[in-house]
Amino acid sequence: MLEATNLECVRGDRTLFSKLGFTLGGGELLRVAGANGSGKTSLLRILCGLLSPAQGEVLWRGSSISSLREEYWKEIVYLGHSNAVKDGLTALENLMVTCTLAGMKVDHEQASAALRCFGLAECEALPAKVLSQGQRRRVSLARLILSKHLPLWILDEPFTALDAAAVDYMQTLIAGHVARGATVVLTTHQEVRIASATMVTIDLNARTI
Amino acid sequence: MLTALRCVINRDLLLALRHRADVLTALLFFVIVVSLFPLGLGPEPNLLRSIAPGVIWVAALLASMLSLTRMFSEDHADGTLEQMLLGASPLGVIVVAKVTAHWLVSGLPLVLIAPVLALQFDLHQSLLGVLTLSLLLGTPVLSLIGAIGAALTLGLRGGGVLLSLLVLPLYVPVLIIGAGAVDIASAGLSAQGHLLVLGAFLVVAVVFAPWAIAAALRISAE
Repeated sequence: MLEATNLECVRGDRTLFSKLGFTLGGGELLRVAGANGSGKTSLLRILCGLLSPAQGEVLWRGSSISSLREEYWKEIVYLGHSNAVKDGLTALENLMVTCTLAGMKVDHEQASAALRCFGLAECEALPAKVLSQGQRRRVSLARLILSKHLPLWILDEPFTALDAAAVDYMQTLIAGHVARGATVVLTTHQEVRIASATMVTIDLNARTI
Repeated sequence: MLTALRCVINRDLLLALRHRADVLTALLFFVIVVSLFPLGLGPEPNLLRSIAPGVIWVAALLASMLSLTRMFSEDHADGTLEQMLLGASPLGVIVVAKVTAHWLVSGLPLVLIAPVLALQFDLHQSLLGVLTLSLLLGTPVLSLIGAIGAALTLGLRGGGVLLSLLVLPLYVPVLIIGAGAVDIASAGLSAQGHLLVLGAFLVVAVVFAPWAIAAALRISAE
């Protein structure tokens, strides 16, 4: 479903990676590994279309994502380094806004149920500026619970700032999504134990010259 | 698509309501700058009357500049902008929503308070309508042009100063026509022509600016 051909990424004068290609089908998990600065985030941004590669292209169901645009973005979830959580809004409002931007129709009930799954039941009416870093991360991850129908998740360091219980929960969430036949791409520095997933790893370190 | 438009406008208005200080700063700046002129120049009614349109328009220009840097920078910093770029609705729609909210918060209050400030300059009552109308047509153009600059300078060091250098020259036609409308009305002629030109500026800006802002945002976010 997701295919990358001959990708090359140049930031500044540095070539981060080149001739990178892979094909991912449904039910597969891609883990992008590599040291800091090896281009993991850049690769993920290329895969979701935020960054255009110096060479090569990304195909989704056979068509280039640069021509699909909104059609493609409707089908994916990208959670980046920053949480996209606004200080001035409550946890619930934040979740509702990001879901609406992603084109999902979500009502209060569903949103607060998703926050409850991430253990934020008491925090949903609090402004995000009083939440801890881990709680903000949870607010942004809660969107995944409402996005179970989407065939591609692209997650940049989803486990940072989370406590052990939340990391476990995220791993089961990801495993469940892959088991449903969807594709997940993620970067992480932590050891991932995701049950019964077909995991492909790309190590950007091994590739850099 | 309309849901996204409404959602972003509501969100920005809600944020503005919760950070009232930001909004009031620009408005107070406008009030103070305009009030400084009568204090500095002394009570010479003829002089004040003749400089009133220019002073009010220049102050409106500067006040609307003040809030421009914030238009996209917060969304950029906390990652919301990425989600907007990857949204299900075209970026142009989101941009229109952002600019509309920006104008409602920082443009409309200027338009409403301008007639009151004009009294300090002894501007004739019949001219207050023309002044308000010219600002009503002109300030959305300022927001739209300013948003292009704000999108282009997003994430740059010293972006604020660069933004003024980039945007202020583009404001000049709006300033000339806007202040000119009041001037010509004070000479007893019809300001209709000037107002129509301002309206034309607005139409052109509404059609082309969202497209330019969206393109600039995509470049800046890379």
